[in-house]
Amino acid sequence: MSSHTTETDYPKFQRCEVDFTQRTEYLDGLEAMKAAHKVLKEWTFKPSLPQQGYTNRTLYLNVGTLEVKEKAVTQQMKDMFIGGRGFGMWYLWNAITPKTKWNDPENEIIITPGPISGITQYPGSGKSLVVALSPETEIPIDSNVGGYFGPLLKFSGYDSLEIQGKAEQDLIVFIDGQKGLLRIEEAPAEPLDSHVLAEILTRMYAENDADRVNISVVSSGAAAEHSLIGMLNFSWFDKRRGCIRLKQAGRGGIGTIFRNKKIKALVIRGPEVKGDMNHPVDQETIAKTGIKLHQELRSNDPVQCLMRRNGTAHIIEIMDAYDLLPTHNFQYGSHPEVHKIASYVWDQRCTQRTTDGCWYGCSMACAKGADGVVLQTGPYKGHRVTVDGPEYENAAGLGSNCGVFDPEFLLELNFYCDTYGICTITYGTLCAFVMECYQRGILNKERTGGLEMTWGNALDDLAMMHQMAQGEGFGKIAGLGVKRMKALFIANGWGDAALINDIGMENKGLEYSQYMSKESLAQQGGYALTNKGPQHDEAWLIFMDMVNKQLPTFEDKAEALYYFPLWRTWFGLYGWCKLPWNDVAPSDNAKTAEPTKIPEHVQNYLDIVSAMTGKKITSEDMLRQSARVYNFQRIFNIRMGKGLRLHDHAPYRSQGPVTKEEYESRIERYEKELRDQVGVDPTTMSLEEKMAATRKYRIDRYEKLVDAVYTRRGWTLDGVPTQARIQELGLDIFPELVEIVKAHGG
Amino acid sequence: MRQLRIDMGKCDAGRTCQHECEEACAIKVFKLDSPEHAALHIRELADGTGQAILCDQCGDCVVVCPADALRRNKMGAVVLDKELCVGCYTCIGFCEKGIFERNPEWLVPFKCISCGICVKACPHAALEIVDVPQPEYRII
Repeated sequence: MSSHTTETDYPKFQRCEVDFTQRTEYLDGLEAMKAAHKVLKEWTFKPSLPQQGYTNRTLYLNVGTLEVKEKAVTQQMKDMFIGGRGFGMWYLWNAITPKTKWNDPENEIIITPGPISGITQYPGSGKSLVVALSPETEIPIDSNVGGYFGPLLKFSGYDSLEIQGKAEQDLIVFIDGQKGLLRIEEAPAEPLDSHVLAEILTRMYAENDADRVNISVVSSGAAAEHSLIGMLNFSWFDKRRGCIRLKQAGRGGIGTIFRNKKIKALVIRGPEVKGDMNHPVDQETIAKTGIKLHQELRSNDPVQCLMRRNGTAHIIEIMDAYDLLPTHNFQYGSHPEVHKIASYVWDQRCTQRTTDGCWYGCSMACAKGADGVVLQTGPYKGHRVTVDGPEYENAAGLGSNCGVFDPEFLLELNFYCDTYGICTITYGTLCAFVMECYQRGILNKERTGGLEMTWGNALDDLAMMHQMAQGEGFGKIAGLGVKRMKALFIANGWGDAALINDIGMENKGLEYSQYMSKESLAQQGGYALTNKGPQHDEAWLIFMDMVNKQLPTFEDKAEALYYFPLWRTWFGLYGWCKLPWNDVAPSDNAKTAEPTKIPEHVQNYLDIVSAMTGKKITSEDMLRQSARVYNFQRIFNIRMGKGLRLHDHAPYRSQGPVTKEEYESRIERYEKELRDQVGVDPTTMSLEEKMAATRKYRIDRYEKLVDAVYTRRGWTLDGVPTQARIQELGLDIFPELVEIVKAHGG
Repeated sequence: MRQLRIDMGKCDAGRTCQHECEEACAIKVFKLDSPEHAALHIRELADGTGQAILCDQCGDCVVVCPADALRRNKMGAVVLDKELCVGCYTCIGFCEKGIFERNPEWLVPFKCISCGICVKACPHAALEIVDVPQPEYRII
């Protein structure tokens, strides 16, 4: 892996030594809040632990009718969908119709840890997948999240939690997996913002101090109510800090649905966690494989990614060095002030000498925490808080992409996104869009209601976020997301429609995450050829393509866009985190036949699944399991009126230089491309002609990539899985799938 | 802080003893008749010398334990609270001395707590418990 900026390069920065146990507390009035609860429903169940990874039942809850019931997990569900994202997609498919809108009561939020979720020996084994019909994209969204809720749900007796319906008053759902009790309570008094609410509820539902580690809260925040970009926070209790920490199911607006259903929080109280609660067939293999990775992290992380020190923020300066760091709404790939938010800053600013895993046993421990942050704006001004992160996406999205290079403001933006319940990635991209519209006169102070949305103006950036939380002003418009802002600005006649469409970084209605795909064809496909929209968790190929130059040919890129989305889907079926797969690597990985796949780690995962279920699986089985769910989701998109080639269109900003300044910033690259690839002489052309020729070449090249990828995936050139492909995967046992692909020429 | 030390000038790595130190640890501490499950190990090397694998109570395992199950006792030795342990084995993987161990029959790992039972058992008086300053916790 590449080298890092070191403290020696910037010796003036001092380590931030703060007492990580000190912060503002929010427990005043807790008893009164508790007394205001009114129990609407009590339901009992028999707690149970999983056997070979499955409890074989799921929990259904309708917050409108207050119906609660258990559903059996069938063998067909396990065979076809495995768990996690697969179970989520299956339940959502059965819950909604092609006409369902995101805010209809039948829309669901499904939270599903997979069959390995909750094992404590292998790093990154505590993930839940959250699935719903997205308010942003109007197709299914899946978002993976750490925190303790998923594993504790599983250890209480359920493989999934399926929430349907819509309440009239704010509710808290409490699941007590120790006592076998579920209570739906009207809860009028607690505040919505997550850093306050999760702290209060952890204290309220824990029976004593020691019990707090057994509590996890799912909540959102004030801005989720007034925007389409709401997210869910999943908490865990950090014993050393003595406070709750939060991880986010960020993408696609699931928090917006949560609040639309009037759910204030889900609270689980699970049993005390031990090391064998998934009851695998072969505990010994899991133990040995886990210890092997712990040892690898101990020896290799300090010389590879430094995830234990900086989390994912370790790549900020690397992205900058390779001209890939999104800057000023993805116009540029680097910035002279990046050293102010580079990884060494976070190494110093985050608390070290403690544990930061978002589930037990994750020794990669990337969920870093910056303690002692004193807020400068908003309703919590002056409060001393702990901020989770910032992760790379937050530092890039809230930072460089908006021109914010002040680390303390970056932490504050990160904090408010989290507590207000909005996605940092989405907010970063939409704010960058707003700032570029401001730069180009599409917006001005009058149109923003007084906000000066200039690059780097963190105070007005925060003011817009506070407006979003209050549901007022321009912040409410921004909360519609880039797709709807584009339509609104164009309808208002505020600027050139073509330019607005070129610079608005969304695909399928979802904002781009924080990688500059402009110079990486593979990543352009990695973003726009996704099922849910441009999120890097499906295909993060930019490093392979641009940094390590591992995908030189067109065929290499198409093959990568076949394999990696399936491989990455697999993590979400089982409840794994992707990061321990390739953010640390065995010392001899480079000598293997396929170093990009990290073969030893792939084998670790296959060994653990085999040890869990007792059924030996191979990498071919893995691809097949993923391909079933992946193609099912694609057909689900088609069922909802999307999912075709038309919807895989990418904004030109993601593919090439939209403006003269962008072209000129990389003129050597573009002119070389014109000479070598297009076969024209740029010295005889005007700037406009060169830009037009570059644009034509790049769009043609993308379309050729789409053809190749669809073919490799077994889809028609319109992006529809063929009947042959769904038969091969065994999906033809579902007649509706066959009908859908037939109707669309598949 | 109590720390187990060995004088390799006195220890002959089992050539003239029966590894009484390991045996005493396994039997008296862990109630197991299997010295391989002792919390210290003395290896005989091919070159005629010996190697001792001992816990020096450095505290790295305290830093990495996600369950806060490892803490120093009054005498400074790092002790595992079995009730709090979640069996993740991060402590084993991050122990540079390779002395945090596990018994496949148990969910929780085990370690040396500088109790001194092995000291009394050593026929060559090679082992001793010393009092040393407690090191600062490291960033790992």
